[in-house]
Amino acid sequence: MPETTDPKQLPGADPHTGNRLIDPVSGYDTTGHDWGGITELNTAFPKIVIWALVLSFGYSVIAWILLPAWPYGGDYTRGLLKRDQQVQAAEGFRDLEAGRQDWMTRFASEDPAELQADAALMQTALPAARRLFDDNCAACHGAGGTGGPGFPVLADETWLWSSAPETLVEILRYGINSDHPDTFYGEMPAFDWMERSERAALSTFVVALQDGSADFDSDAGALFTENCASCHGDDGAGGLEVGAPALTDAAVIYGQDHATVMETLRHGRAGVMPSWEGRLSDAEITLLALYVAQLSEAAQP
Amino acid sequence: MTGTLTLRERQVALALAVLLAVLGLVMAGAARQGVMALHGVMAIALGLGLAFRIGGTLDDPAPPRDRLTRYDDGPTRFGIIMTLIWAIIGMGVGVWVAALLYWPEATPLVPWTSFGRLRPVHTTGIIFGFGGNALIATSFHVLQRTSRARLADSLSPWIVLLGFNLFCAWAVTGYLLGSTQSKEYAEAEWYADLWLVVIWVLYFVLYIRTLARRIEPHIYVANWYYMAFILVVAMLHIVNNLAMPVRWSAPESFPIWAGVQDAMVQWWYGHNAVAFFLTAGFLGMLYYFLPVRSGRPIWSYRLSIVSFWGIVFFYIWVGSHHLHYTALPFWAQTLGMTFSVMLLVPSWASAGNAIATLNGAWHKVRDDATLRFMFVAAVFYGLSTFEGSFLAIRPVNSLSHYTDWTVGHVHSGTLGWVAMIVFGAIYTLVPQLSGREHMVSPRAVEWHFWLAVTGTLVYVVALWNAGITQGLMWRAYDENGALSYSFLESVQAMAPYYLLRTIGGALFLTGAVICAWNCRATMRAAQGEATDRPLAVQPAE
Repeated sequence: MPETTDPKQLPGADPHTGNRLIDPVSGYDTTGHDWGGITELNTAFPKIVIWALVLSFGYSVIAWILLPAWPYGGDYTRGLLKRDQQVQAAEGFRDLEAGRQDWMTRFASEDPAELQADAALMQTALPAARRLFDDNCAACHGAGGTGGPGFPVLADETWLWSSAPETLVEILRYGINSDHPDTFYGEMPAFDWMERSERAALSTFVVALQDGSADFDSDAGALFTENCASCHGDDGAGGLEVGAPALTDAAVIYGQDHATVMETLRHGRAGVMPSWEGRLSDAEITLLALYVAQLSEAAQP
Repeated sequence: MTGTLTLRERQVALALAVLLAVLGLVMAGAARQGVMALHGVMAIALGLGLAFRIGGTLDDPAPPRDRLTRYDDGPTRFGIIMTLIWAIIGMGVGVWVAALLYWPEATPLVPWTSFGRLRPVHTTGIIFGFGGNALIATSFHVLQRTSRARLADSLSPWIVLLGFNLFCAWAVTGYLLGSTQSKEYAEAEWYADLWLVVIWVLYFVLYIRTLARRIEPHIYVANWYYMAFILVVAMLHIVNNLAMPVRWSAPESFPIWAGVQDAMVQWWYGHNAVAFFLTAGFLGMLYYFLPVRSGRPIWSYRLSIVSFWGIVFFYIWVGSHHLHYTALPFWAQTLGMTFSVMLLVPSWASAGNAIATLNGAWHKVRDDATLRFMFVAAVFYGLSTFEGSFLAIRPVNSLSHYTDWTVGHVHSGTLGWVAMIVFGAIYTLVPQLSGREHMVSPRAVEWHFWLAVTGTLVYVVALWNAGITQGLMWRAYDENGALSYSFLESVQAMAPYYLLRTIGGALFLTGAVICAWNCRATMRAAQGEATDRPLAVQPAE
């Protein structure tokens, strides 16, 4: 390094200190900066970075020309492709609908019994119905309709109202105790006005109904006849048409042990099945009704 | 802590500690019960604890006369300890929530252990607790060394660190009690946010004042990154958290933003939290510790300057890529997408600059696990920035959005890049600040390195698979035009990946625990202090 010149004037030298070291590994000189031992090489700016910047900027400019991109005033540049994501979404839905057109539409118009009889159609539709059930119903009724505390089992032969597809369509559409004007009602009133001792006696009686050991001639039996039989039937076998479950079979919604029955008697029950009208199409509702009917059938001996 | 404070500074510190206790008392008294009252009590406890600690030292001898001819390393040491404590809390809760996703039925029947409350404890514990403390601690070190000047005063670094940790503690305890403003990575309520603003402004002022005393006329690039981190985080934090408290005595508030504007502000914040909290500050760390540890000059000065301005300029635009295919206008999505793509160039330039810096020191990368941490960090930085730009492209995002791919991407950044560079920095700093040549157990560093790399790879690969599987299952239609899978089936398909990610996370946590032990042992076996000295003219006492 020529020492005759002022080192601060040399190219690449630090204008403050004049330092200009050569890195032995790379052969480059350093910038002359020194931050507590850290130095920097005076490497030329790599060309590839410039090209990468140009390339990525080119991509962006093309995207800005083709797609909606820059806002101005109260509007924005629409782009040559005139893309609109709302239109695209609607088109996407339409295309998907079209793929189901040849079989799905039949469920919107035809009679459930006829549909059920068409084996080929059902073979196409049932896998779709299962996914529909898993996505919309399984959260409460369990995958495969196995139910849970407070949510009826669908894969059995015990039904409130009816397991006829026509009825299921209505239940799906209007719901039970839902906010739909045509909803089904199924309410167990609260017997909180009763003496606790009476409720306890009734509860013991209801538990006994399940194994057939209940004595209808007892005081509790009289209480049952007076207060419960109008809905649940004189023998406790249920009033399916009004949504009152049978108390003599093994099927339960909330439970038929003493503690649960006491809870039911004191506070009543009014479980809600939401109305699916508007959330699912008519065709999907019919499809689900047939699927659920089939779940129930498959579970019967 | 008080050993380097003059009597006058101790008196001011005592007054401030009492003030904090009074503030806590006012909070607790106004709120009477609930989260805010608990947070008031926490402030009282911290204030009183500090008051007793400082009060007891008022009669102690004055600090050594030469204290101003040394660097102020006490706050850095404390910050590293807090970093490691938060690492174990944050990563521990991370493994816990990962396990809950695999064994959801194992959730205990108490509200505070529910997934929704634990998850922000993990994110805040890691981003703010672990990342934030590491950034503040290393920024004090880097700032002093590259300026060759002692911190501008001895009190404010402590206020910044203690105040910041109080914010973190308020935030995570608040979440456990159900207090949240429901903005991702900004869940803490209004009074904690206001507190952080005060602390953060103090931090920035301290930084600028110290920088003003530097000896080298140029500002080292690491300091540019740290300053960008401090300044932009303040801006993001304030704008995103603008809210109207329900009452001054209640921990609830209404954000002033609504609808899609709220979403846009949130993700402008959210992505720039990644950019300026989890990237810019850590690039500052990389730009300092990598050349120091490898003993090599930064490969290209010019490239580091261009990358800095590129990163700072492009990042601020890209938040809208979190809102592709939503109610956000298409044009905002296009801008977010294109700027994300352009951002890749300065990001890769930084990663390339770091890796090229290692030319001539590859034998050290082979032999030194600490340097290897930094090398792996630079590689993962490059990988995850590529992935980020890729996922920001709209059609790609339609597959990846809402899937675990996003979670995998974040963790390749946080585990592979952020945590690796932090550990590299810690393993460089702890021996130096303890006046030692090496950590107590270099073998443990080696173990930590391999546990961390294995854990990261297992985690990230599992979630790549998980995310792509989810994305493909959600969009699959059968030949009859019906969905091929229900959502439930896509959840069930996640089981093996969620188990693997729990294992990967546990490996990473194990490494962090080893690191904490090793650092504690090294600090206890200290043989003095850092030997380097500032050159700056010192202020008169």
